[in-house]
Amino acid sequence: MSHLELDDMLGKGWRKPAFVKNSMLRWTLIGGFVAYLIAAFMTIEVNWSRVYEGLDRGWAFVLAFTSPDFISRWSDIWSGLLESIVMTVASSVVGILISIPIGLGAARNIAPLPVYVICRGIVAISRALQEIIVAILLVAIFGFGPLAGFLTLSFATIGFLSKLLAEDIEAMDKVQAEAIKASGARWMQWINYGVQPQVMPRLVGLSMYRIDINFRESAILGLVGAGGIGATLNTAFDRYEYDTAAAILILIIGIVMVLEYLSGIIRARVQ
Amino acid sequence: MLRLQKLTKTYKTGDQALKAIDLDVPKGQVLALIGPSGAGKSTLIRCINRLVEPTSGEVLLEDVNLVKLGSGALRKARREMGMIFQEYALVERLTVMENVLSGRLGYVGFWRSFLRRYPQSDVDEAFRLLDRVGLLHMADKRADELSGGQRQRVGICRALIQNPKLLLVDEPTASLDPKTSRQIMRLITELCLERGLAAIINIHDVALAQMFVPRVVGLRFGEIVYDGLPTGLTPDKLTEIYGEEDWEATIEKVDEDEEIEAAE
Repeated sequence: MSHLELDDMLGKGWRKPAFVKNSMLRWTLIGGFVAYLIAAFMTIEVNWSRVYEGLDRGWAFVLAFTSPDFISRWSDIWSGLLESIVMTVASSVVGILISIPIGLGAARNIAPLPVYVICRGIVAISRALQEIIVAILLVAIFGFGPLAGFLTLSFATIGFLSKLLAEDIEAMDKVQAEAIKASGARWMQWINYGVQPQVMPRLVGLSMYRIDINFRESAILGLVGAGGIGATLNTAFDRYEYDTAAAILILIIGIVMVLEYLSGIIRARVQ
Repeated sequence: MLRLQKLTKTYKTGDQALKAIDLDVPKGQVLALIGPSGAGKSTLIRCINRLVEPTSGEVLLEDVNLVKLGSGALRKARREMGMIFQEYALVERLTVMENVLSGRLGYVGFWRSFLRRYPQSDVDEAFRLLDRVGLLHMADKRADELSGGQRQRVGICRALIQNPKLLLVDEPTASLDPKTSRQIMRLITELCLERGLAAIINIHDVALAQMFVPRVVGLRFGEIVYDGLPTGLTPDKLTEIYGEEDWEATIEKVDEDEEIEAAE
């Protein structure tokens, strides 16, 4: 690049330098992407007559929301709901407690390399295995019921929370922690004074979010036999009892909204 | 009391931050460490309490070689050295009192510190120190509610409650206005005098250093190029410390002129 004099540059106009400098390459990439997108959409087959038939069923489903039936299956709904709440609370508490040490270990700036590699490995395994797959495996091992669901959600919580906690620790202000270390603090005191105050709001916020996710997941896990409100919901669908299914969905939506509201209040308080 | 012998630090990148530094600090002496950015001032004081591990050489604090200490003994040695930081380095979400008391972490067990149940003598000392710097009424405020000057005062309390023999002070006034800077420097030097503390103060404001300390050490490219009275800092000496041949030479020269004028 030759050095440009000011006189050469005046009156020339200015553009932000392109991310991909080579214009041939740039336009090839853009053109290729657009072509792929069009081709991809064209491979998705839509059976319009099937969609037309399905509209009625979908409409029946939507109509069911106008007349949800809480009464006729109430005892099933209630026991399913209780089971889900128990699963959510138990798995969140256990998952969060296990996540904290793993999260500390998975933060490169405070953990030695071997610990870091092991903890990151645990996080990667937990995140790679989707909840449904884990649930199917655990149902095969422990049989139908909430135990499999509880273990699945605890396992999933570890991957989620440890990863995000570790990333928050890695982004913390190093000097605040350094100041605590300089006073001659032990490792545990250093974590308690130098690291914990910095990551606490995020940890609380993520935990609340995870409780929310665990409750919603518990509704899905029932579909593969891992207990909870999902099992009740699944039964309702199987019997084409859309009004009962609607009642269950309304309850789930309500509980998620309450959790959302609570998490807002709690996060504001710990900032 | 503090003696550095052939203290060397080479970073992984190959940068030699300190080149065989020899330095003696007698008991109760306050000295200012001046020099351009990147001269190794910060590295030097961090090598003393081993927040940065020195590559070779010795750091003798009352004849104990800190470089050789294991982690337990290093923690004990760190209690003897209070540190004051550039951007205050208070833990922002803790209260002023927790920040001050965190200076006692080297002395109390984990559960005491975890439950914030410090010995009464520590709590009393914290109150006394906060009163000394005029912040007693702020004890229960969160550290991030304080102004810059107030934060640095809390930082000073945190360092002093360790009951140290030596203060390591890293650019205490870098983010403060001129008036507050003077107040903080005055406070630090006064407190050192009251308690017979030795201190190494990194500072880039030469005029401020000359105003408050009896000894100035000039560092350049990791080597000591000046060690003497503040009055001995002639324009030639300052040129030697801050240099002219690097690419920032012109900027540095303007700075120097201003500082020399201010000093005179």
